[in-house]
Amino acid sequence: MSKFKKKKGGDLPAISTASLPDIVFMLLFFFMVATVMRDSTLMVDNRLPAADQIHKLNKKDRVMYIYAGKPSNSYKSKYGTSARIQLNDKFATVNEVGAFILAERASKRQELQNVLTVALKVDGETNMGLISDIKQELRKVNALKINYTTRQGVFSQNLQ
Amino acid sequence: MAKRSAPEVNAGSMADIAFLLLIFFLVTTTIETDSGINRKLPPMEEPEDQPIIKEKNIFTVVVNKNNDLLVEEKLMELSDLRAEAIAFLDNGGGKNEDFCDYCQGDRSPASSDNPQKAIIALKNDRETSYKIYIAVQNELVAAYNDLRNREFTKRFPETGMDFVMADTKYSDPRTSIEEKEKLKDKIKEVKDLYPQKLSEAEPKKVN
Repeated sequence: MSKFKKKKGGDLPAISTASLPDIVFMLLFFFMVATVMRDSTLMVDNRLPAADQIHKLNKKDRVMYIYAGKPSNSYKSKYGTSARIQLNDKFATVNEVGAFILAERASKRQELQNVLTVALKVDGETNMGLISDIKQELRKVNALKINYTTRQGVFSQNLQ
Repeated sequence: MAKRSAPEVNAGSMADIAFLLLIFFLVTTTIETDSGINRKLPPMEEPEDQPIIKEKNIFTVVVNKNNDLLVEEKLMELSDLRAEAIAFLDNGGGKNEDFCDYCQGDRSPASSDNPQKAIIALKNDRETSYKIYIAVQNELVAAYNDLRNREFTKRFPETGMDFVMADTKYSDPRTSIEEKEKLKDKIKEVKDLYPQKLSEAEPKKVN
């Protein structure tokens, strides 16, 4: 019996948990900062086509994003497999694009309202019909500057 | 009592913290692509007086629903499109007031008069795949950029840049205002030599 008691005597010093609050704070701060960065979760497949004659969209505050593509796996059962438009965080029909652009435009600063660009982030497998419809809607609300967002690459990557 | 040394802070978990953050960053960061092909849509109102355009000044590019490329009614591979578009834009077949002194093309009377008059008309079907459309757009923009690069390096060799580099520099917010002013006129001059006239027809509704 005394053997066991002896072992307890040579105990390790307790691990300091003094930095635990620091860790927690650090994570907290990080989450607080990071959550602002991504403004919308993608609900559509978004494999962008490749191109090499590209311009960089330099000023983030002058860009409005329109996503389109087939609903991603978790939404397939609910929304089907045909390509759809995503505005902010929800699926939308073509008719809602105009209202969305007007609302986005109104939310920007006055001096930026005339220099806004619409970035079309469209999956490569989408049919042009949907994109033409979006473009028509954009013309109706006079949002004429568009940017087909693409990956950096050569055109032949699109043929595979 | 004499000075007692402070107990040493255990920094053993620092590595863990660093790893934790590293892994978190790795998992959460999605690489946001923020570059692409810039285009301008035509305004909704049609201009009142449509100018008459000669057939030879139009370069028709059609992408059908099977993603086949038809250029001037001939089937073509995508890889040949850029060269064909350059040949059309740079043809310079015009005489007298339409004469183009910087063109290096064949000057064939059956093709475009000069780059100012040359129009590329892109038509696509509603069933055309987006990535093929982007590939075609990319090649057509590349044709313009190739020609503009040529003229830019010829006219402004002192800049040591080509048109695309100059344009990227011009739109970069980090470039100083003086430098932008210097580039502005040069870019405009070259743009006017080869204006990007890329018209897109609304696809026909089938069904």
